[in-house]
Amino acid sequence: MRSRQTLAIVLNTFREAVRDRVLYNLIAFALILIASALLFGQISIGIQKTILLNVGLSAISIFGLLIAIFLGIGLVYKEMDKRSLYALLSKPIRRRQFIIGKFLGLNFTLLVNTALMSVGLWAALYYLMRRFEPQDLSVWVAIYFILLELSLVTALCLFFSCFATPVLSAVFTFMAYVIGNFAADIRAFGELTENNLLKGLTTVLYYLLPNFSDFNVSAWVSHGKPVAAEVVLLNTLYALCYDAILVAAAVWIFSRKDLK
Amino acid sequence: MAAIEISGLSKDYSLGFWRKRPFRALDRLSLKVERGEVFGFLGPNGAGKTTTLKLLTGLIFPTEGTATILGHPVGEPETFLRVGYLPENPYFYDYLTPQELLDYFAQFFPLSAEERQRRRDAVLDQVGLAEFRHRPLRKFSKGMLQRVGIAQAILHEPEIVLLDEPMSGLDPVGRHEVRELILQLKAAGKTVFFSTHILSDAEALCDRVAILNRGKLVGVGQLSESLQRQAACEAVLECASPEALSRLQPLAAKPPLVSGGQCRIEIPEKNIPQFLALCQSDGLRLISLNPVRLSLEDYFVEVLRGSDSERPASPSP
Repeated sequence: MRSRQTLAIVLNTFREAVRDRVLYNLIAFALILIASALLFGQISIGIQKTILLNVGLSAISIFGLLIAIFLGIGLVYKEMDKRSLYALLSKPIRRRQFIIGKFLGLNFTLLVNTALMSVGLWAALYYLMRRFEPQDLSVWVAIYFILLELSLVTALCLFFSCFATPVLSAVFTFMAYVIGNFAADIRAFGELTENNLLKGLTTVLYYLLPNFSDFNVSAWVSHGKPVAAEVVLLNTLYALCYDAILVAAAVWIFSRKDLK
Repeated sequence: MAAIEISGLSKDYSLGFWRKRPFRALDRLSLKVERGEVFGFLGPNGAGKTTTLKLLTGLIFPTEGTATILGHPVGEPETFLRVGYLPENPYFYDYLTPQELLDYFAQFFPLSAEERQRRRDAVLDQVGLAEFRHRPLRKFSKGMLQRVGIAQAILHEPEIVLLDEPMSGLDPVGRHEVRELILQLKAAGKTVFFSTHILSDAEALCDRVAILNRGKLVGVGQLSESLQRQAACEAVLECASPEALSRLQPLAAKPPLVSGGQCRIEIPEKNIPQFLALCQSDGLRLISLNPVRLSLEDYFVEVLRGSDSERPASPSP
């Protein structure tokens, strides 16, 4: 019964997203960008495929990020603000089901969007090369890592949207994303300094914020290099643990919240 | 077992951004609603009616006190199997149609697919939205959204229906239909607890009412009793002489009204024996003597004024 209820929230979150026109605009932009990578490839000699994969994977990542933030920041706040939650939470469900359903619903939306954009990338790749090579399979790993990254962004948005306005949630999430992409650099900077306070601060930031740079293998796979299975496993565990912590924190906050 | 039992329920909010000030929205409310009753919850804006309903639905948490519905603590998901709730000025997912919305909500109850479909169709008929079932909710008027709200509240055939301002935004026909619906629920043995500003609705529908002012309960009971208790009698006399009228005047609540050869005079209940004796001794011809009920508006204002005068000055929000 509980899983059926949560599934209903998941599917309704997905339905809400697919009925939003902004989503289609973003997907269309991503596909246009992937198609334009074919043109960039034609003016570069011998590295057409590398250019296509680099631009294509970056487009999937950037537009996925935009969709995740755009939809994620309103996940909880919009329902509280418009009071659509009142009727929903007076049904026999627990608040945690609502949060988990919203999280899974947005992830499902991102999965479908990423799949659509990936089909565009593979079509462009086939148009360019007229065949697929065994090392192209690692492109799927890069796409999988983009999905893991987007699930982290969704969890961050969900967490922030439990207590902040959509604008603040977007700012917080974007800042966490940017800092998280430079997490390793920040830690290295901290190790160079003599200041203990700065060293401590950079270490805390390194461990506190998700390390998004670990998921970025686009440049690596666009040069036809494989990704080790160990990296796939560790990144998967890292993302799952981080998601679980953020969703649990969101549940904790939301379960104690007065819906005024 | 009472349908709803509220005991010493209070709710405090913090107001202000920098310097937080406490504000008590509900103050030690105790109330019992029996099963099968239509119970009206009256009070001016900011009295605490919506706060009470939100506490009963677990949307907000009490500062102190307890509330149970059918013996279960409020906020437990299992309680909502037997409770339906219409929020004030309801808003629903505007990208859905009424049919999709009800299908969505029905999935939260342990019902088979056929039963969900049957109930969805039945409530759409009941609230008069069957022909609009495929129209997106974003195109609905306030009154139509109110009907959707009522439909989702009674979708699972709950034993207790909590309605926050159910007549709000409805035209006279819509109000009449909602009244009929509440009466149908009562006839089906359901308990209806509703807040309203529209006193004539409360008078027409409620077995009992509670009046709330500034978060405090200031009156509770049967409306007919409350109105009767405050009443006087109106006497109609054949036109009396000015001398006789001047002798009657000290017994009257208001100055007598003389028109068409008749004299109408309002006598408080306690003065009636004296009044009758005076009529007899003066040989006045009494045509009729009927109890005058206070209007609910008069009663409401009287109770609120009474509660305001008893209350020490308190900071307003």
